[in-house]
Amino acid sequence: MSNIVIIGAGQAGLQLASSLRDNGFAGSITMVGDEVHAPYQRPPLSKAFLAGTAPEAMLFMQEPKFFADHAIDFRGNEAVETIDRELKQVNLRSGAFLPYSHLVIATGTRNRALPCVEGETSGVVSLRTIEDAKALMQGLERATKLVVIGAGFLGLEAASIASDAKIDVRVIEAGGRALGRVVSAPVSAAVQAAHEARGVTFSFNEAVVALHSTDGHVSSVELGSGERIPADLVLVSIGVVPNSELAAACGLAVHNGVVVDARLLTEDPDISSIGDCAAFPFAADEGRMVRLESVQNAVDQARCVADRLTGKVEAYDQVPTFWSDQAGLRLQMAGLTRGDEDVVVRRDPATGNFSAYCYRGDNLVAVESVSRLPDHMQARKLLRMKISPSREQAGDPAFDLKQLVNKETAA
Amino acid sequence: MKIHIRQDLCVGAGLCVLSSAQVFDQREEDGVVVLLQDNPPPELQDAVRGAARKCPSLAIVVEEDDPAGVAAA
Repeated sequence: MSNIVIIGAGQAGLQLASSLRDNGFAGSITMVGDEVHAPYQRPPLSKAFLAGTAPEAMLFMQEPKFFADHAIDFRGNEAVETIDRELKQVNLRSGAFLPYSHLVIATGTRNRALPCVEGETSGVVSLRTIEDAKALMQGLERATKLVVIGAGFLGLEAASIASDAKIDVRVIEAGGRALGRVVSAPVSAAVQAAHEARGVTFSFNEAVVALHSTDGHVSSVELGSGERIPADLVLVSIGVVPNSELAAACGLAVHNGVVVDARLLTEDPDISSIGDCAAFPFAADEGRMVRLESVQNAVDQARCVADRLTGKVEAYDQVPTFWSDQAGLRLQMAGLTRGDEDVVVRRDPATGNFSAYCYRGDNLVAVESVSRLPDHMQARKLLRMKISPSREQAGDPAFDLKQLVNKETAA
Repeated sequence: MKIHIRQDLCVGAGLCVLSSAQVFDQREEDGVVVLLQDNPPPELQDAVRGAARKCPSLAIVVEEDDPAGVAAA
């Protein structure tokens, strides 16, 4: 009898359990999560839930009865202490142990902490869990001056919601531009301009060296330049660290995440890893090792492993996609850049509706769309089919990129 | 059960189609969700509820026939 144990009850873990049952897997499935909640969606925590337009109940990805109906033994508020590869079992904090025939590590990430901060200060928050989001919402109710540290997706989504609430928002970023690690320069510029039009201000190339407080509550943020920015609420959103300690402790390779092969298998044939915590070879870019943080990646990797565990072995090869809603813009990215690509812009960025086509040599490697859903969906097809329009075609809105897809399909 | 979709919120993730291809599809040109039926039969309703809960942009709203009955179930 086969029994699959999943460590982690996030997007990847839940999808794996669901897909195993969809594929007809009849063995036992146990999913261990360290939060008290049933599996829930994180994207809305910095979007609709934070804005107060989505109720908490909508965050949960399944109804409680789903787990019983599908014979999935979900154990929340539990943690795995160790993985014993010789005995093929995981040992739980509660003292129990779970034998496995196959183990899947889907432990996700945790927020990176600000190096200059020790202990907790009232008014300094980060955002990962439902509780974090509620704390941030409470903070926003009282705040007049929010400082967001880190101009990534999460920080800027929160900045957008805070500026909607007429709170003064200042964004501090160590790099040179907004979303600098995830989008090209034209998209960064458009995002920054959209935020600035709503009153958000930015400081780039600035390090935070200290947080100061008055009567136990944060009062200012000190930059490397010596400037002190007044604040009564600080959001630390400076990226994440993969939860790979369990894998490392049982001797599995870890390098910016749990190292897996093209089938998402670790060096142990009985252990896979998926989602935000897994470092895998990216087929579309010479197999360079990447670790992605997205719903698409979590879901598609879960499905890939569910297929393998039910007899359909295929390498993982999906077009990565990401999205973000902020400052009235919908950003949608397909593909993955290294950051040094040539960029061809289609349509006028000043209109707030455009796409950036990123090229390495003659190869299209990613498309970043700003409020251009049709471009995004077209890009997914182009990238999946490995069709690269010429730079002239990409830059000419009058040229219908769809005809390249249709031509290939007809051929 | 009645299903409402917010096409302006849809990001084309396609998770709804994974949950129930009998109820949800994506528009060919832009991937936006389209409803194949807005009043699904009972045997599809659990899958529809799952689709609404898993939609990353919360673009699917399910209106139950009898909210009180569902709450008690």
